[in-house]
Amino acid sequence: MADRFPSPFEIEAPDGADGWQELYSYSAVFSRERRDYEDGGFWFHDGVHWPEALTPWDAGVFEVAIASLGQYNTRHYLVPPAYGVDLRILNGYAYLSPVPAPEGDIESRVPHFMERAGYYFANWDRLYADWLVKVRALVQQMSELDFSPLPEMEDMDVITSGAGRGSGDRLLSTYHRLLDHVVTLWQHHFEFLNLGYAAYLDFFGFCKAAFPSIPDLAIAKMVAGVDVDLFKPDDHLKSLARLAVSSGIDDRFNGGSPDEVWAKLGTDEAGQAWIAEWDKAAEPWFNFSTGSGFYHSDKIWIQNVEVPLGYITDYIVKVKEGVDLNRPVKELHAERDRVASEYRELLDSDDDRETFDGKLGLSRTVFPYVENHNFYVEHWAHSVIWRKMRELGDVLKDAGFIAETDDVFMFRRSELVDVLFDLYAGWAVGAPSRGPGLWPQQIERRHAIHNTLKGWSAPPALGVPPEVVTEPFTVMLWGITSDSVSAWLNTGSDSDDGSLSGFAASPGLVEGPARVIFSADQISEIEDGEILVAPLTAPSWAPVFGKIKATVTDVGGMMSHAAIVCREYGLPAVTGTAFGTKNITTGQLIRVDGNTGTVTILEG
Amino acid sequence: MTECPSVLPFGNLTTEFHPQVGGKCASLGVMIQAGLPVPPGFAITTHAFAEAGEASGLMPRISELLAQTDITDSAALKAAAAQAREMVTSWKLLDEHQNLLDQNYAELCELVGIPDVPVAVRSSATSEDSPDASFAGEHDTYLWVCGIDNVRQKVRECWASLFTERAIVYRAEMGYPHDEVDMAVAVQKMVKPRSAGVAFTLDPTNGDRSGICIDAAWGFGEGVVSGDVTPDNFLVDKVMWSINRRTISPKTHAHLLVASDNGAHPTVGRVELPAEQVHAPSLTDEEIVAVARLARTAEKHYGSPQDIEWAVDEDLPPGENVVLLQARPETVWSKKHHAVSGKKDPMASIVDTLVNPLSAKKGAATG
Repeated sequence: MADRFPSPFEIEAPDGADGWQELYSYSAVFSRERRDYEDGGFWFHDGVHWPEALTPWDAGVFEVAIASLGQYNTRHYLVPPAYGVDLRILNGYAYLSPVPAPEGDIESRVPHFMERAGYYFANWDRLYADWLVKVRALVQQMSELDFSPLPEMEDMDVITSGAGRGSGDRLLSTYHRLLDHVVTLWQHHFEFLNLGYAAYLDFFGFCKAAFPSIPDLAIAKMVAGVDVDLFKPDDHLKSLARLAVSSGIDDRFNGGSPDEVWAKLGTDEAGQAWIAEWDKAAEPWFNFSTGSGFYHSDKIWIQNVEVPLGYITDYIVKVKEGVDLNRPVKELHAERDRVASEYRELLDSDDDRETFDGKLGLSRTVFPYVENHNFYVEHWAHSVIWRKMRELGDVLKDAGFIAETDDVFMFRRSELVDVLFDLYAGWAVGAPSRGPGLWPQQIERRHAIHNTLKGWSAPPALGVPPEVVTEPFTVMLWGITSDSVSAWLNTGSDSDDGSLSGFAASPGLVEGPARVIFSADQISEIEDGEILVAPLTAPSWAPVFGKIKATVTDVGGMMSHAAIVCREYGLPAVTGTAFGTKNITTGQLIRVDGNTGTVTILEG
Repeated sequence: MTECPSVLPFGNLTTEFHPQVGGKCASLGVMIQAGLPVPPGFAITTHAFAEAGEASGLMPRISELLAQTDITDSAALKAAAAQAREMVTSWKLLDEHQNLLDQNYAELCELVGIPDVPVAVRSSATSEDSPDASFAGEHDTYLWVCGIDNVRQKVRECWASLFTERAIVYRAEMGYPHDEVDMAVAVQKMVKPRSAGVAFTLDPTNGDRSGICIDAAWGFGEGVVSGDVTPDNFLVDKVMWSINRRTISPKTHAHLLVASDNGAHPTVGRVELPAEQVHAPSLTDEEIVAVARLARTAEKHYGSPQDIEWAVDEDLPPGENVVLLQARPETVWSKKHHAVSGKKDPMASIVDTLVNPLSAKKGAATG
């Protein structure tokens, strides 16, 4: 077994991707100036959030997000042992490296942490209520950003109002405002998250000390919420399916395009009432990404109505078969209480029970944020960001800077400032901008590079692994443990018989044919009774969970979004197998043991 | 009060009948009522004994015989005891009681699908008669009794065991009149274990009270208890009922029934296993959980951690084939404290969690 992963400096660009660094920030790539630091560190590929090669503009969001994570650890709450997480992009892929606080500073950080984090824990409900207001207001501001094209001449009221500024100023500043909003959004994202995980880990540690063999799943079950915002999009799909059946209009959902279906619905009162219900649900709940939400290319339900409409059509079939689509909310509540009270009962003393109550109580206070923020930030706000960027893309396309709207994402975040100035200046002066002659070919070249990068297989880790992986957020968020690191070092599979191991994320034992899919676009390939094998799953895939028997993912831990949804839908799941999509092929008979976290290829 | 029937399946042994069925049967009844499945069977109550005795008209003669015997004279005692036992052995169950006995035995045979199913016939002395538990053990137990004629015979021999020399002396010393003795009999299916073993309602490696630790091997549990077979080991979570640990050991030998040459009942011997059984798990996942649930039920019933012996009886239908053979309190870990002593102040505890992360802490709790 190797004792280290390849150095980032040994990794070569795939053929045809030379010069890929130009697509990303100069500060985000490995470089000789920081070589000593970079070569001595441990870098793992974040396949949980950024599984695919990044486009230049999406990479900018990645940078903002990861900086904000660090900021709260390092500068706001002074998490004693942990600074932030450093990032690099290699051949288009996201790599992360946890940065410990200097050993000598840990003690002096403790009182600050206690005061600062303590304030948040003590005022959690109020601060979280404020957060919801803040984040909704921010999404509203984003929605109002105006990227309309530069006019041939300014309106008369620009003159009569004495505005003293025009559309060019508006275009430039709107882009700046969008960038600012992205930063603010990610500031908000991490306001609670790290603290939420810390409280959860504390309860987790207590349970492990009291019951060394307690399954991680049991701890998650005691804390996890039942009425979680992340489930609302799917709940609304089901309600809409039921409404279609109960109002006798289900025959209009027969596979036609959204326009055709809407036309048929518009013809009578029952159909119009259904559309009204759809509209109510759609904002905000169908601002829901089919992926992790971190890619502009992820499909958003509200802009790809055929996706939720397809799910509704499937659900209508189930409703008519008499299948109860409701999540057993009452039973889930009862089960959560049963699990908590039975472990509590098994504790040794009333003292321990009191401690248990306190920690469980705090975990349950913080957990709604952990579970819900994802909808507001990654799904809702991001879908608005991608939408606004496409409006900007249309402006650039009309001006001949790019060939397609989505080419706007092939510019780096900061590069667009210059591009827009070029556009503005040309418009202002009435002379040609340089961009239309330059960018279309440049973008085409970037597409070629990006396509090559997409076909590259990112190694799970680089550099020197730590002796033990202890950094709590790394374990919690990314599911990276000492075991997974040594499995990666051991190459393709982590046992002799070719079985894979990962997190026992959701219990149950099933066998069935595998269906390996790599992106949301392949979801329609999934057939009844198959076992879904994917790099990761997105919460918005929930509707297919009615078809599949189990889920296996390459990345993610107990608290990955995939794990949360699988538990909710009662499907066995093994997450973080690292090599699931590599070792398993569609059609193979596999066994998924969600109790032990093992996946075995039986035949095929 | 319902009139006590002369023969009662264990499943119907509610508290009201306990005085008529003796300590052994009563405890089997309690276990079944508590959801602890024991090997199936039935009780022949004191009612049957008393009426058979009365019908025989021999009880006064037995009393007289014993009253005249000098129990300090061992030869005389021996002769009198033998004579008394002979008389009791000649008693006949009343027809209605005998019909009921026949019917219960036939039903047991039908339940397990084996004609003349082997049973254990055990005396079950009433508490008035033998307040001393150790004394109850002195009465007879007959194993591998097959067929209704033999069962009837052994029931009478159990009754007769009231008149062993020791029993006679004991009653005399305690001042119990010989003509007021009473005896119930338990007839219980002989367990034919496909697999058997022990289970602790805590994890003996660390005292974790949330785990149920099962040792299992093929055949009888003797090898597991004595240690001459390396058992499979399973750890089941008491709350989630998940199997958290499974170690399948090479089980080269097992304790199995070996037929005897001379027609006597079979005996248990240590035999070598065929290759396909050596590495195969001795319990299915369903059985593992069933054993764990049985152990947990025993723990809840007795109110303390238990160390149980169990078996999977191959004659019983799946779902009902895991039976409890014995339960006793676990004594090692249950006396130790397993306090976590986590920091109660939430912030101090969170700091502790962050600074001393989980992997360093795992299993740090001590007894």
